Amino acid sequence: MIHFVLLISRQGKVRLTKWYSPYSQKERTKVIRELSGLILTRGPKLCNFVEWRGLRVVYKRYASLYFCMCIDEDDNELEILEIIHHYVEVLDRYFGSVCELDLIYNFHKAYFILDELLIAGELQEPSKRTVARLVAAQDSLVETAKEQTSSITNIIAQAAK
Amino acid sequence: MKEYIIRLVYVEMLGHDASFGYIHAVKMIHDDSLLVKRTGYLAVTLFLNEDHDLIILIVNTIQKDLKSDNYLVVCAALNAVCKLINEETIPAVLPQIVELLAHPKEAVRKKAIMALHRFYQKSSSSVSHLVSNFRKRLCDNDPGVMGATLCPLFDLITNDVNSYKDLVISFVSILKQVAERRLPKAYDYHQMPAPFIQIKLLKILALLGSSDKQASENMYTVVGDIFRKCDSSSNIGNAVLYECICCVSSIYPNHKLLESAADAISRFLKSDSHNLKYMGIDALGRLIKISPEIAEQHQLAVIDCLEDPDDTLKRKTFELLYKMTKSTNVEVIVDRMIDYMNSINDNHYKTEIASRCVELAEQFAPSNQWFIQTMNKVFEHAGDLVNIKVAHNLMRLIAEGFGEDDDTADSQLRSSAVESYLHILGEPKLPSVFLQVICWVLGEYGTADGKYSASYITGKLCDVAEAYSNDETVKAYAVTALMKIYAFEIAAGRKVDMLPECHSLMEEFLASHSTDLQQRAYELQAVIGLDAHAVESILPSDASCEDIEVDKALSFLNDYIQESIEKGAQPYIPESERTGMLNISNFRNQDHHEASSHGLRFEAYELPKQTVQARIPPASLASTELVPVPEAMYPRESYQTTTVPSVSSDAASTELKLRLDGVQKRWGRQTHFPSTSTSNSTSLKTVNGITQVDGSNTANSRTRETYDSRKQVEISPEKQKLAASLFGGPSKTEKKSATGHKSSKPSSHMVKSHAPKSSMEVASEKTSVQQPPDLLDFGEPTVKSTAPSLDPFKDLEGLLEPTTQVSSAVNHSSTAAVTKSPDIMGLYTETTAGAHHKDSDILSGLSKPPMTNMVGGTTTMQVAQSSKGPNLKDSLEKDALVRQIGVTPSSQNPNLFKDILG
Repeated sequence: MIHFVLLISRQGKVRLTKWYSPYSQKERTKVIRELSGLILTRGPKLCNFVEWRGLRVVYKRYASLYFCMCIDEDDNELEILEIIHHYVEVLDRYFGSVCELDLIYNFHKAYFILDELLIAGELQEPSKRTVARLVAAQDSLVETAKEQTSSITNIIAQAAK
Repeated sequence: MKEYIIRLVYVEMLGHDASFGYIHAVKMIHDDSLLVKRTGYLAVTLFLNEDHDLIILIVNTIQKDLKSDNYLVVCAALNAVCKLINEETIPAVLPQIVELLAHPKEAVRKKAIMALHRFYQKSSSSVSHLVSNFRKRLCDNDPGVMGATLCPLFDLITNDVNSYKDLVISFVSILKQVAERRLPKAYDYHQMPAPFIQIKLLKILALLGSSDKQASENMYTVVGDIFRKCDSSSNIGNAVLYECICCVSSIYPNHKLLESAADAISRFLKSDSHNLKYMGIDALGRLIKISPEIAEQHQLAVIDCLEDPDDTLKRKTFELLYKMTKSTNVEVIVDRMIDYMNSINDNHYKTEIASRCVELAEQFAPSNQWFIQTMNKVFEHAGDLVNIKVAHNLMRLIAEGFGEDDDTADSQLRSSAVESYLHILGEPKLPSVFLQVICWVLGEYGTADGKYSASYITGKLCDVAEAYSNDETVKAYAVTALMKIYAFEIAAGRKVDMLPECHSLMEEFLASHSTDLQQRAYELQAVIGLDAHAVESILPSDASCEDIEVDKALSFLNDYIQESIEKGAQPYIPESERTGMLNISNFRNQDHHEASSHGLRFEAYELPKQTVQARIPPASLASTELVPVPEAMYPRESYQTTTVPSVSSDAASTELKLRLDGVQKRWGRQTHFPSTSTSNSTSLKTVNGITQVDGSNTANSRTRETYDSRKQVEISPEKQKLAASLFGGPSKTEKKSATGHKSSKPSSHMVKSHAPKSSMEVASEKTSVQQPPDLLDFGEPTVKSTAPSLDPFKDLEGLLEPTTQVSSAVNHSSTAAVTKSPDIMGLYTETTAGAHHKDSDILSGLSKPPMTNMVGGTTTMQVAQSSKGPNLKDSLEKDALVRQIGVTPSSQNPNLFKDILG
């Protein structure tokens, strides 16, 4: 299973973290520090897997962002690499050519998408279309909720007048 | 509010503490608006983990939300369930989640399945009655739900393969449909039909088909199809291919599939991508177990990977080499590993590679000389990371040498070890474990061949003790080594004059805070004061291989007990019976429990040698009747020593205790058998000589040549050499090691079966001949033990020759039963149980050397006791008490043995 998902910028700034195994806050910072030191220093032509504390970390770089996933020893690394790519494709489709800034300003949306893709450390939905549909449904609900609230505030405002 | 919470999440993500805001996130999930609720759930899943205090506030909301009409609310709640529900709260939400399995929305069904999977991981018992639901969901209309169901099924099958064999057909048909693109287009990924589902299915099939021919036969066609259809230009295609290889290597082997797997591997290895090389190496490691010959065509690729700048790839390659190590290539591989070990500073991996080096060296060592040198290197570079057992193994190897045949080889081995250690001692900063080995070897064999004078060795030892003055274990080893050397000197009739630095060292140790060091120093003083004869019986030269018999029935106490009973004492009632009685002794029992539980908490004296030491003082004390036993054991109850019942019960309780740790420690041969087997194979090898190795080399070079001509690549001669040495004649060596194994097996059997018998002999001997309370007789235990220790050798020889198997037949029957395992254990008499005990003790890797010391040590303690005033005696008693308490937990898992024996 996947133990955690990390997004780190090239400067070592954390952009997104999701922990599927229990780690305390202290351990988390330690893990992030160790891994960013390990991954950011690797050259471009080396393989995308790193052995770390008896686990594997699969990472892939997209522009200035490193997507890392930590998996068990006997998992299929190439598959995880593709899961990362899968996630990036979904993000891309959702944001329309995603960039780091999208993730910084809308990181909660990135979380929602990740929740649709992975659950409890396993891939739950291999179809991009389904994920997109679900996220869109949630968003539309949010939109209607917003409209409602704005209309209500309008009514209240008018009534107050 | 929502914005604030999102910011809080961001703050937490950056590593700052945001715990003050958790409660607001919890409040948010109570909100009616979905927008707020969803953010609240997101924040809660990110903030809290399953054992946080606030979880209890969330459970109610989750229950409500799971019943919601809006499926998005349900989804959000299920997401939180997966992350936050712990073992205790599972029952609260379980029925609702089971209902949701039939929800009309596939997204909800999918998440419900995943939630159940999570519950299964957390506590498999809570959902065990729901397994049939997983099977049902496998036939779900929606491929997403079906794919999700594969996750829990994979876990279930991992735990229990046999009850899912009936699903093989359905899995195969699903895989077939997937591979034939029957699934909706939406599941395609880079032109591959639902690759993630394929991978999951292949993993499951690999589990189901392992060593099951019938199940595997069903899979052959579909796996072969996938092999053909996979597009190896895309990454995901390779992922599926890799999974196919894993599957093929795990199921019952099929020639055709193996061939295509080998093809795929060679494609991986030849590709430029490091990722694929990595996967190729990994796959090769899997396949090599089934068909070792495929490694040979890839040898150059493997060596390229070994020299690659990429660390990960290198490690993976070492893993592969580790898997393919034979006795022909072990030297090259271990050398490489040690080189690599020196170049890294990641402790985790260093430990791993060091333990692998040790394992390989123990298993395949071509000669003991080489073994010792390799171990020296490993200790030097990764000393503190190496398991202490390894050090004990090394000491034992040096002590026992080649075993039966010739003594000159042994002494050569020892003197070379001594020499190398004296050389290494010159280097600064050696790891503690290694120093312990060095001290022990120098003490035992430093002066054995007469090359070095005692004063030279002692000088070195004093240097060690001074240089590492903050490491007490090393100091203790050094003092004992000093004692041994002086004892040998005295025994040889030479006059001993202590070096001045040694004197000052002793002064320091006599006042040491560590009771262990202090005692060793006193022992040393006492030994030096004795005459040659006495010293020889305390510390016989080169006696570390002798066995020590321990009278665990405490028969020497019989007189004492008899006497007490005659005086009106109650006979001993076992503790288990006593607990049932409702009288005053109940109270005392509690006291005992307290005392013993008290003992469990101490962890200071963990060194195995002390078990024996602590065990013997009461024995010797009792036999000489200098001090009543219970006082030494339990000063808290010393006021009761005159009242008779407590004496008997105390004695009994010590007996109970002693049974735990005072089990006979005939520890040598058994765990040693791997090294004897290596020595066997060594001798074989020396007979065969170098010619065999040469032969494999030439055979190899031929294949290499063909390879060269085909590929027409310039390859450096070193590489070729390396390749040749790595991939040399696998089949021959395997046979050899197998025979080595066989020959070593009976010997271990023999020893096992012999143990109870000899202990009985000794016990009876001891009961008949009561130990006279003579002080000069302190050599008794060691002397006695030498007699039975001769037997196993004889028996072993007898067994090795298949003609004389009269005794072994009897023994074998008993051993077979003994080895059979815990179920029958209880039925066995105490002696057999004792044998078990000893087994586990041996397995825990106790060291022989300290034990001899201890016998010597305790006896001298007795001497010191009688010769010096009562003050010293008191302090020694106290010391013994501390040891007794401290020692009880050190015997492996005392409670377990209590159950078995009691």
